[in-house]
Amino acid sequence: MMGGQAVFLWTDLLLFGLVGCITLAGLAARRSEPMRAAWRRVGESTVGMVSITILALFLVVGLLDSVHYREYLAPGAGASPDAQRVLGTEVRSGLDAFAAPLRTRVEKTYSAPLSYRLFAKQTQEAADGSQQRDFPRLKFGGAHLQYPDEDHAGDVLGRIGLGLALAACAWGVFAGGLVQAVAWSRGVPLGAAWRAVWRGKGGLAWRAVLATLGVLCLILGPVLALATEYHVFGTDKVGQDVLFLTLKSIRTALVIGTLTTLVTLPLAVALGIMAGYLGGWVDDVIQYVYTVLNSIPGVLLIAAAVLMMQVVIDTHPHWFETSAERADARLLALCVILGMTSWTGLCRLLRGETLKLRELEYVQAARAFGVSTARILSRHILPNLMHLVLIALVMDFSGLVLAEAVLSYVGIGVDPNTVSFGTMINAARMELAREPMVWWSLIAAFIFMFVLVLAANLFADVVRDAFDPRA
Amino acid sequence: MFAYIVRRLLYAPLILIGVNLLTFALFFVVNTPDDMARMQLGAKRVTPEAIERWKVERGYDKPLLLNAGAQGLARVTDTIFFEKSLRMFAFDFGRADDGRDIATEIRTRMRPSLAVAVPTFVLGLFVTVSLALLLVFFRGTYLDFQGVVLCVAMMSISSLFYIIGGQWLVSKVWHLVPISGYGEGVDNARFLVLPVLIGVVAGIGGSARWYRTIFLEEAGKDYVRTARAKGLSELQALFRHVLKNGMIPILTGVVVVIPSLFMGSLLTESFFGIPGLGSYTIDAINAQDFPVVRAMVFIGSVFYIIGLIFTDLSYTLVDPRVKLQ
Repeated sequence: MMGGQAVFLWTDLLLFGLVGCITLAGLAARRSEPMRAAWRRVGESTVGMVSITILALFLVVGLLDSVHYREYLAPGAGASPDAQRVLGTEVRSGLDAFAAPLRTRVEKTYSAPLSYRLFAKQTQEAADGSQQRDFPRLKFGGAHLQYPDEDHAGDVLGRIGLGLALAACAWGVFAGGLVQAVAWSRGVPLGAAWRAVWRGKGGLAWRAVLATLGVLCLILGPVLALATEYHVFGTDKVGQDVLFLTLKSIRTALVIGTLTTLVTLPLAVALGIMAGYLGGWVDDVIQYVYTVLNSIPGVLLIAAAVLMMQVVIDTHPHWFETSAERADARLLALCVILGMTSWTGLCRLLRGETLKLRELEYVQAARAFGVSTARILSRHILPNLMHLVLIALVMDFSGLVLAEAVLSYVGIGVDPNTVSFGTMINAARMELAREPMVWWSLIAAFIFMFVLVLAANLFADVVRDAFDPRA
Repeated sequence: MFAYIVRRLLYAPLILIGVNLLTFALFFVVNTPDDMARMQLGAKRVTPEAIERWKVERGYDKPLLLNAGAQGLARVTDTIFFEKSLRMFAFDFGRADDGRDIATEIRTRMRPSLAVAVPTFVLGLFVTVSLALLLVFFRGTYLDFQGVVLCVAMMSISSLFYIIGGQWLVSKVWHLVPISGYGEGVDNARFLVLPVLIGVVAGIGGSARWYRTIFLEEAGKDYVRTARAKGLSELQALFRHVLKNGMIPILTGVVVVIPSLFMGSLLTESFFGIPGLGSYTIDAINAQDFPVVRAMVFIGSVFYIIGLIFTDLSYTLVDPRVKLQ
């Protein structure tokens, strides 16, 4: 272990800050009975708990990938032991360290999922010195097989079996822990708690959580067992493991999906409430601003802003110490730009709602008592808008994840060095024309993105139904 | 009514001025023309003379807002702001980086964009409204539930995958239509079928689910219950009452996009090699052709504002309850 130095990228700090804020808000919400009731409705819904479980898994991967550090370089041969240690320029993350085998086992070029041979024929020297064109063995994938042609299928099946067995054990531990927790929180014996969960009467929809975890374990177990020796989703053009790339993409998607809303919220809330409550010229100005922003087609405004930001970044290379910092700055800038172009919808919604609230008796009474405007806004208006803000937050997430892929395809998304679903699809698209086709990176990106966005969409629906009094 | 329209029409130029100022700020104040020249010419081997030449060629060598060296009216007109931004109001967009006139290019590229966008829009609206009605007809049943689940699943697929998957399946595996291209006349249809089809399918998920909620809300209202009570069959009630009244929010909601159909779709056009405005924009973005991007931003907002005015008008035309003042 050489040790390293923690690196705090801006998006890391904001992401963890956001998680902290949500935790605090959650603790605060526990004291409010309507909020608790709404969240209980989410928790009692099967769909809600299934999507929460899946999103939590994505979140864990994303947060693990948001802990960054730089390793010290190994001292050169003959260097004195007390020489100044030098930091490497490469910024690693917790996920990189955790999945080091996936990251470091780089093949020469494409290889199919679970394959032990390269995807392209290459001229190589046989044992007797003659030249022949064949598919060479992979450096890492299936390298432990001595007679791959005979043993490959058996080895793969064996590993899948092992993975399934591990999955069953892991699920058993999860289920045991969960039932224990339910039993403990209700003060009933373990058997009773198990029966309650099994019949779907465990309070929240724990049965759905267990079922989801079971399915996830059944998929993840074999994948993990296979990933130790094979490339489960194959390798890409430069031989990187596609599974690793998809795991890295999760963080980018989460950052775009959440931080953008973080940028949007203060603007939309402040301006929307001001326009709605104060009226008059303030309303006129704010309406004018958002009509102007709205009237520019979103993609074009984003394109214009991103092109300009690119010029700023390119003309100031000295701002960034490492390429990871530059890519991170670009990611953050993209979030800001997306946020600046998308706050108008929520702002208009909040303005309309504030217009309604302003006329209600209790607000008028507060005004008649001489309560200051600032206090009315923070005590009477804002809390009654929070459910709209929350709904907007979860509803926007999936759209933003999808938008990132499209923008990266158009060339105005994340930095080309940042791994994201968009850059993966973009790279994979070129390969569809090859014969035979390289399909695995596309499929991998599709599966991960689909599951993430689907879970987010379902979660958003449940949250909307639980929090929107009109629904 | 008349006064309202006049007021909206007067508001439109005001918004366009805002758009204009915003693009001006984005393209000329955030980055000076020097920065852009350095970037376009490449960071290495860039001499002050080369930058100067680049700026003169494109007319970026003038002062931004006020030309102190000129006389009379030229103090204001001989500036970047006047030449590059204000001229757009006369639809004079200047030349692209490759020297072609942007306005002519836009005029010739509108037709291919419309050829894809209009059928997609009309067919898409028809298909999604029919599907939504179908779901409402079977509301509360298993079919409805499955339909909604399918809609959510379809919403969760990136449009990139619809296009890539469609091209792969229809063109590569089944060899039904060419993968991409654009022709003239009747022959063109074989190029347009796939993009239109994919555009329609990709839009089903979100729209059908949205329309379903609109129709459901309408179907739960008292007058529909009355209609059923007086003996109308469920189908009759749906088509005579629910569809008719549900179309009000739907129509007024989609009117705003009609003028923007001219802009085409960025993704579809670039994947299918259709020489419309969408692919023009993508090419400009990739080549960092700033004059073209500027022009497209302006044109796009013009169309959007026209769409907004149409929306207001359509409210009064479709729904007699709405009175504009």
